[in-house]
Amino acid sequence: MREQLSQLLDEARRAAADAVDVSAVEQLRVRYLGKKGILTEQLKRLGGLPPEERPRAGQLVNEAKQSLQDELNRRREALESVERAAQLTRETVDVTLPGRGLRRGGYHPVTRTIERLQTLFQHMGFDVADGPEIEDEFHNFEALNIPEDHPARAMHDTFYFGSGRLLRTHTSPVQIRYMERHEPPLRVIAPGRVYRCDSDVTHTPMFHQIEGLMVDEAVSFADLKGVVAEFLERFFERPLKLRFRPSFFPFTEPSAEADIECVICGGTGCRVCKQSGWLEVLGCGMVHPRVLSHVGIDSERFSGFAFGLGVERLTMLRYGVNDLRLFFENDLRFLRQFR
Amino acid sequence: MKISEQWLREWVPTRMSGDALAQRLTMAGLAVEALLPVAPPLDQVVVGEIVAIAAHPTADRLRVCTVRIGKGRTLTIVCGADNAAVGLLVPVALPGAELPGEMRIARSEIRGVESHGMLCSAKELGLAESADGLMVLDPGARPGTPLRKVLELDDRQIEFDLTPNRGDCLSVAGLAREVSALTGTSVHVPRSRPARLRSRRQVRVTVRAGHDCPRYAGRVIEGIDPAAVTPSWMRERLRRSGVRNIHPVVDVTNYVMLELGQPLHAFDLDRLEGGITVRLAKTGETLALLDGSRVNIPEGALLITDGAGPCALAGVMGGLDSAVTAATGSIFLESAYFRPGAIASRARQMGLHTDSSHRFERGVDPQLQRRALERATELILSLAGGRPGPVVEKVASRQMPKRASVGLRAGRVAQLLGAPVPAGQIGLILKRLGMKAVRVADGWKVTPPSWRFDIAEECDLIEEVARIVGYEKLIPRRPSARLRAGTATETRVPADRLRAILVDRDYQEAITYSFVDPALQTLVDPQRRPVLLANPISSDMAAMRTSLWPGLLGAAIHNLNRQQGRVRLFELGRRFLPRDDGTTEEIASLAGIAVGPALPEQWGVAARAVDFFDIKGDVEALLSASGAPSRFRFQPTQHPALHPGQAAELTDTSGQPAGVVGSLHPRVRAQLGLEHAVFLFEVRLDALESVEVPVFREVSRFPSIRRDLAVVVENHISAQDVLNCVAQVSGKLLANLELFDEYRGEGIDSGRKSLAMGLTLQDSSRTLKEGEVETLMERVVQVLASQLGAWLRQ
Repeated sequence: MREQLSQLLDEARRAAADAVDVSAVEQLRVRYLGKKGILTEQLKRLGGLPPEERPRAGQLVNEAKQSLQDELNRRREALESVERAAQLTRETVDVTLPGRGLRRGGYHPVTRTIERLQTLFQHMGFDVADGPEIEDEFHNFEALNIPEDHPARAMHDTFYFGSGRLLRTHTSPVQIRYMERHEPPLRVIAPGRVYRCDSDVTHTPMFHQIEGLMVDEAVSFADLKGVVAEFLERFFERPLKLRFRPSFFPFTEPSAEADIECVICGGTGCRVCKQSGWLEVLGCGMVHPRVLSHVGIDSERFSGFAFGLGVERLTMLRYGVNDLRLFFENDLRFLRQFR
Repeated sequence: MKISEQWLREWVPTRMSGDALAQRLTMAGLAVEALLPVAPPLDQVVVGEIVAIAAHPTADRLRVCTVRIGKGRTLTIVCGADNAAVGLLVPVALPGAELPGEMRIARSEIRGVESHGMLCSAKELGLAESADGLMVLDPGARPGTPLRKVLELDDRQIEFDLTPNRGDCLSVAGLAREVSALTGTSVHVPRSRPARLRSRRQVRVTVRAGHDCPRYAGRVIEGIDPAAVTPSWMRERLRRSGVRNIHPVVDVTNYVMLELGQPLHAFDLDRLEGGITVRLAKTGETLALLDGSRVNIPEGALLITDGAGPCALAGVMGGLDSAVTAATGSIFLESAYFRPGAIASRARQMGLHTDSSHRFERGVDPQLQRRALERATELILSLAGGRPGPVVEKVASRQMPKRASVGLRAGRVAQLLGAPVPAGQIGLILKRLGMKAVRVADGWKVTPPSWRFDIAEECDLIEEVARIVGYEKLIPRRPSARLRAGTATETRVPADRLRAILVDRDYQEAITYSFVDPALQTLVDPQRRPVLLANPISSDMAAMRTSLWPGLLGAAIHNLNRQQGRVRLFELGRRFLPRDDGTTEEIASLAGIAVGPALPEQWGVAARAVDFFDIKGDVEALLSASGAPSRFRFQPTQHPALHPGQAAELTDTSGQPAGVVGSLHPRVRAQLGLEHAVFLFEVRLDALESVEVPVFREVSRFPSIRRDLAVVVENHISAQDVLNCVAQVSGKLLANLELFDEYRGEGIDSGRKSLAMGLTLQDSSRTLKEGEVETLMERVVQVLASQLGAWLRQ
């Protein structure tokens, strides 16, 4: 019996070593260890043995079964790992091939600037308002203290439709419309398209402005300087030299132009800043009492500041764009640079 | 406004350097744009006296000049200028000199005669735009003296960019006043005295428009020398202000305008008929102007007239027929104050802008007229001789501008500027600016000087204080305000979120002009008449857009023409729709365009052109931001710019049109020269912006059952009809309905299509039984058959 078993076992082990794949190992398992397998049959034959030999013989058969089981498991694992390795090799991809699907488009750089400034001002508690682009003379000029024969009106190069209607030349009329509907304290910005009848290397007939307005008790020129300095530094994300020059706008008094140190040359003088080292970025001032009166705000009790900035100008400086006209050509090779 | 630095310093001899002065003026609100040398270096250019002229032996047009250049030296110089004459003092460029345009002067042989330098015209020296003949220097210049010294060329031109409120600074005198206020250096007014009367001749002056002309002064000067020339010192000063020299009398009027700020006009006395009348224009009057043009004068414009009719547009430009000419022997010199508004509106209406109107419309000092008249008389007499007559002056005192006193409160200064300014400093600033300031309880009562037109209110004075103190001295402060919660609304999709959806779907944002080519607009939107600009920049930018498509089409064409085969652009902006009452509705809209492959070129995906359902998917993505995309419906529509079989109107639940999506009509495409299919959408922003706040519904704990259904219908039955029918029959049990296939072709009769959909059925309170699902499905098929003529696909 022992001999017979060992012979069987040797035969089975050789067969296992020759098995070329997992299914051959499985066949061997069935053949030897299955319900009707050769070794299982041996176990069944134990009944024919004398009772005193049965335990010993049973142990031998079980040991042989166990030994073969282990052998088959090892072989299966060895074969499986080879197969897995082969599968992994087969499945290996070139991970440097590009990913599939749509790319991402991008925002217009002017939108980027407007959105960023909007966020900055909203964090300072400013509302965002808008108004019509086709305006009337009252809101675009008269309410802003620019009467009919004022030389400032000639500087606006207005597009007209006739019958007193025009394309707004600045976002300032939104100040008026906002003040007509709201009571102080007021903090608001108004971004939008504006139009001037002018077209050359440095002018496009349409561009964008952001108007800002704050009206409260005791708002001062110092507050204006503080707010402008704050948002310009946050916008350019670096400390900037800033200066306020007296200027003239009919709807503010005192009025100022704010210049920043040239971000192109750092203030040493270049073509962009016309060698001055300074760049004009916005006009501002204290809201003229007559403008407040126009909208029924008590100018003795309340004061305020307003500013208007050119979005394209800030965008050009932020990204180093050297030609204003690029903004409206919508050339993809330009736009894709601002993803 | 350009002025010689030297001239300004003559009036106010500050010790500040030119650069420091420019900086100080800029920071006081008188922006210095540029500070430029008034001439090229011009080394080796000296005064020369032509002492002899001989004909050139071989060239008819050339002459050989002997020129004395000091220290006993003479040079032989060949010259072609017609005005070369013995005794003339002219600039000589010596060999070695370098002239503008990189012209190097060297000894040379000109047609066989040796020439030792060059006699120069003003143009060759960079001192004029054009010149005829040699530049002639004033008698008395010593030969050999460097030209820089004779013409005082060590000077710079200060170019100001003045704001329209500071008309008082449009003169040397005005700028000197300002420099004085800033530096404390006092103003030196050049000595001048009224001329002695040597003629009795007068011109009768009648002012019929006192409101617009409160002061009119003038005088006759007889017997001026028609041969007189303007001396080079005056020509140089005029040149440094950008003014050409024309005629001694005109040069003097320009000079006085630059010096004092008073525009003057000289009439040729012999060409005036009778007296002068200042009046408003009647209808139909015309005038030939100095610049040679003939204008129709608008009714009500202020005119200077004589017995024969209009002879000048007051304060703007003189008339040709009464102008001073080379033959003029006697003049009538006008010095008037015109009301700024009277000049501004007319000059602009007529499209005229002159140095004179520029000053009058900003405000000329109404006390200046007599002084300017005397100064001009003095200069004319010294240049061209002549016998001055008495000054005639008409004043409408009641119409003269009043300078009312303005209150200035110290407290208000502190409040508006954010910091107090010491009272002593305020007082000094006001005084230096020529204001009469009387102390009162809480501040000052201030009367501005006659030359300031911009001081009417307290805030004007506060600005004066602030700008003289210097804005840089005011310490910035961040304002504090009451805290207030921001908004985080869920009922409105912010525009930026909608932009983000399109950007994430590979669209690039564009910004196109709001005015478009009317022809392109008509192609896209033929039924609407757009709002037209009265003064467009060009005819192809004349119509306010009624659709964003013309702009996007233009941008797409721009890119397609530049080797960009795949274009996906969107724009968020307003459309302008005319209303019947003449007003315009501005509709914020979101529009997009897609041309070319659906996907960017890539490996492993078959290339395919973008189609209707790609762009519809993009629109649906926008609708999904609303939280209730099912509120919207797409229905076939007819649109003049779209393919009749590929155009859908988007409507919201109330049936209101919200937008359009479709393929550009092949006819329009052909007209635009577009080769490939173009897909477009445009949706009203307000339709996209409104959101429903989510409302919770119980999630069913019972299993769902899925049944697929494929039916065949006639082509004209829309998928939407089929889906609607299925949903209606299934009722509450339908948890989801998905159309997963549309098939036309083999196995299906032509004219028909197969639609396959999956129904997910579920009850919220129990497990559905197989039997009831079967019954339901049978009913669905039945109703589809009876209502839409559909049958189950075998």
